[in-house]
Amino acid sequence: MRDRAELVIIGGGVIGLSLAYHLARLGFTDVLVLEQGYLCFGASGRNGGGVRQQWSTEENIRLMKESVRMFRRLATETGYNIWFRQGGYLFLARDAQTAAQLEQNVRLQNRCGVGTRLIQPRQAARIVPGLATAGIEVCAHNPSDGVLFPFPVVWGMARVAQDLGVTIETFTRVSRIEAQGRQIVKVITDRGAIATHRVVNAAGAWSWQIARMLGVELPNKPYRHEILICEPVKPFLDPMVSDLSDGTYFSQTMRGEICGGVSDPHEPSSMETGTSFEFLRRMSRSLVRILPRLANLKILRAWAGFYDETPDGQPILGRVDSIDGFIQLNGFGGHGFMLAPVIGKLAAEWILRKVDHPIFSRYDLGRFARGELQKETFVIG
Amino acid sequence: MGKIIVCHCEDVTLADLEEAFEHGFRDLESLKRYTGFATGLCQGKCCTAHVARFLGALKGGDDVVADPPRTRPLLQPTPVAHFAGDLPGSGEPGPQEAP
Repeated sequence: MRDRAELVIIGGGVIGLSLAYHLARLGFTDVLVLEQGYLCFGASGRNGGGVRQQWSTEENIRLMKESVRMFRRLATETGYNIWFRQGGYLFLARDAQTAAQLEQNVRLQNRCGVGTRLIQPRQAARIVPGLATAGIEVCAHNPSDGVLFPFPVVWGMARVAQDLGVTIETFTRVSRIEAQGRQIVKVITDRGAIATHRVVNAAGAWSWQIARMLGVELPNKPYRHEILICEPVKPFLDPMVSDLSDGTYFSQTMRGEICGGVSDPHEPSSMETGTSFEFLRRMSRSLVRILPRLANLKILRAWAGFYDETPDGQPILGRVDSIDGFIQLNGFGGHGFMLAPVIGKLAAEWILRKVDHPIFSRYDLGRFARGELQKETFVIG
Repeated sequence: MGKIIVCHCEDVTLADLEEAFEHGFRDLESLKRYTGFATGLCQGKCCTAHVARFLGALKGGDDVVADPPRTRPLLQPTPVAHFAGDLPGSGEPGPQEAP
């Protein structure tokens, strides 16, 4: 393994690889990506592939508009078919308060040029055949949201970055990071040491452990989120459907499978990746409540991944006060995958060309000490 | 030589495995994700051993690759309805009556 690099990215998930991909395309390839498992080992290989522009803050709406544009080009750019299908996203509100929030969100989204519409349950049943409309107050539908197959996004970005000269080491675990004063000098792994002055912490659920190696405390906490997949059936479901009353979401993959998950408000923070009977029950009950025709579909498999959650539901991006050249790109909760293209691009321009963007000061680690939380309320799953 | 199928559910051939190996997918977890073997109705019960053996050969002569992909529930494909009902004695409302 190489023993020095201008920049070391810890985490070979979609965030770290998107950064490597965009750095390489800008001509900067003295980059080493360290991944503890295989590519797609962490949350990047465990998520539902949802890509939506329906958010509650202008920043996230605009970032996601750009991400959607980038995902549309990605298969051509990388040569990997990412199966991006813009079948829309349909949110269901079952109470007046949630309905009011949707209404507010839709106004903001429309101002940002996203074509979300509030629709009545009867109209929604024309988009989702068989939708059980009883108990639904109102729905929000944006036809240009979509779903993709996460694996080829990861592989494609990795392939292009490697072809351009970036090194990616899988099955390589970081055990220690050495610093002298404010300066990073060395990253120690189970396969050797790498001399470097710059480290990007894109380790997702493991980010807090990486930061602690340099004495930096992140407020991020990992939470298990479970997900299941059903046998493939003939395509019938265009949008990702999400029930805001319990955080259920599901969509139909390009292979025809129904794939989705549901929140568990009682899930404690942990590094547990097992799956539970309780999840199968909760998800099944929710699926049948929303779309009774799914009752006879067979579940094939369930698995789990992590949300790397921050106190305000927004990521941690940019510098830290105590160490030079230690850049955070973590804390993305359940929406890191969909933000990855735009975050990787902005971070590459920021690191390489000093092109500033408000996200690198607004979402820095220091905001928690300053009390400047950036609340995103529309976090699902 | 004719087509050798290693995963019947997802129609993965030996040639698919070899191509994946060439592209750098050289462990069972990565091969599973790249080729789709073990993701069909049998969930790997029929194919994992074959793939492990072929991967061993591709890696240069080991008979079998240890460390199989993680086995995930369910054991058999099971209808959503079987999980959606009441647990006996739980006192919980069924899904249709839920708020």
